[in-house]
Amino acid sequence: MSQTSQGARVLIVGAGPAGIRAAGTLCAAGLRPIVVDEGARAGGQIYRRPPKGFTRSPETLYGSEAAKARALHGAFDALVAADALDYLPRASVVALSDGVAQVLNEGRIRQVPYDRLLLATGAMDRVAPVPGWQSAGVYTLGAAQIALKAQGVALGQQIVLAGSGPLLTLLAYQLRKAGAGLAAVLDTSSLTTQMRGLPGMLARPAVALRGVTMRARLGRLYHSGVTLERIETDATGPVAIHWCDRRGRPRRTPCDMVGLGWHLRAETHLADLAGIVFDYSEVWAQWLPRADAMGRAGQGRYLAGDGLRILGADGAEIAGRLAAIACLQDLGLPAPDPRGELRSRARMERFARGLARGFPWPAQMVRALPDDSIICRCEGITAADLRAGAVLGGAEANRVKSLARVGMGRCQGRYCQLAGAELIAAGAGQSPQAAGRLRGQAPARPVPAGAYCDETGQ
Amino acid sequence: MIGGAQGRVVRLAETARAPVRFWFDGEELRALKGDTVLTAILLSARALRPSEFGPEDRAGFCLMGACQDCWVWPETGPRFRACSTPIAEGMRLLSRPPAPWPEESEA
Ligand code: FES
Repeated sequence: MSQTSQGARVLIVGAGPAGIRAAGTLCAAGLRPIVVDEGARAGGQIYRRPPKGFTRSPETLYGSEAAKARALHGAFDALVAADALDYLPRASVVALSDGVAQVLNEGRIRQVPYDRLLLATGAMDRVAPVPGWQSAGVYTLGAAQIALKAQGVALGQQIVLAGSGPLLTLLAYQLRKAGAGLAAVLDTSSLTTQMRGLPGMLARPAVALRGVTMRARLGRLYHSGVTLERIETDATGPVAIHWCDRRGRPRRTPCDMVGLGWHLRAETHLADLAGIVFDYSEVWAQWLPRADAMGRAGQGRYLAGDGLRILGADGAEIAGRLAAIACLQDLGLPAPDPRGELRSRARMERFARGLARGFPWPAQMVRALPDDSIICRCEGITAADLRAGAVLGGAEANRVKSLARVGMGRCQGRYCQLAGAELIAAGAGQSPQAAGRLRGQAPARPVPAGAYCDETGQ
Repeated sequence: MIGGAQGRVVRLAETARAPVRFWFDGEELRALKGDTVLTAILLSARALRPSEFGPEDRAGFCLMGACQDCWVWPETGPRFRACSTPIAEGMRLLSRPPAPWPEESEA
């Protein structure tokens, strides 16, 4: 390393709960980290802050989590005010090579050298295709929540939320409270499956109880154990959603907006570009980066938050501190004792595993998708294209990718990869794990032409 | 207006902000300061742009910069994501690339 330990440049990507707590821990040890974040204001997705000039209180925006949101925002604002770190908001890391990050900001690429890399890139909705989901007016659950929190708007007048996971209930509750028109909440997980997750969820009884209470308030809008058939659309968007209830009876609910999401998927593109190894997790039904309990991934790379394991916002704060402590230890600097945080982390993980078990990925529904269903929303690739690609290419995701172009659209497979792997695996009678993982490529975000040309103003 | 005359987005709160005037496909529209371009357009329109691969229109999907569904074009300059760009007074926006502008590199 060219720098002394005290002068080590630690690049933190992401300023959500994990990134903010990592930054605080490093600053407290006397380091000056660089924080790159895509948001205009630090906070991440769960504690996303509205633009300046909005007036709703944290209590209105974050409910029972308002105190945590305040503390987190306050902690980061204080670091910025004290000039304790270098902060690049509205900026994306698009590539990593040899200790230099290429950061896209305001249409320009700037080179940011670093000694250690701490990725706190968070998670996004894990989405399964439903026939008709390519229509305008179909969004992720996360999108509907961002619209509500950061803009004070609903994305339609008659909203159906469908999928499974904690966000399904939470968002439904928040939308109703804000006065949005909610037509139905469709959970593909049956009550029996949900009960299987309960023992794990009792690792955090207060959180589990809050979920149950919110669910109860939804009353007859909420349906468990449903199968989603298709979204009926006209030229401008959804008209209705067709589904079967838990007894298999066909139902049709009129709507002008559908929100979809099956819990979360770790955002791992940069971990991939950083060369970190991935393992398939049966529990989370997705590929996750390999790291120790502290978040150490080797060779000066650290991971924290939902981008490593989907432990939620509280778990992300803990993971952020742990990854920073690991980094300090590796630099040979004095570091706080991690044992308390490691115990809390273990409890978060028990709870999160319960959630994953209780609100699973709808593998059977995806495997049964009709041939003409669009799998890749970006480029209109169908289930038939993928199944044909799997016949030609064998059951290996990267070969099918090059044959069928799935995962090569604008979102770079973020929203089709898991469903694509499911279909490829189904064709070969295998598990999605056997289909392999789509490898990420740079840039992690599309880069406008000209962004590389004139860093020096030429 | 692309996809019909009626808007998609409904305001529920935060209505006491300063008004902003902008143009979308030549039509004068109103929004509020602090709205994203996506919010601003979808208050009056059903979609942001046509799809290049199918008959359906695009109106955004993730609102967090991950899907790239929400591109719109200024009358001059490169396209941008409507979900992560604030609306500004006098913006002139298009649902399609302006004719002479070269397509940007695809990722
Ligand atoms: S809506 Fe997904 S990037 Fe803007």
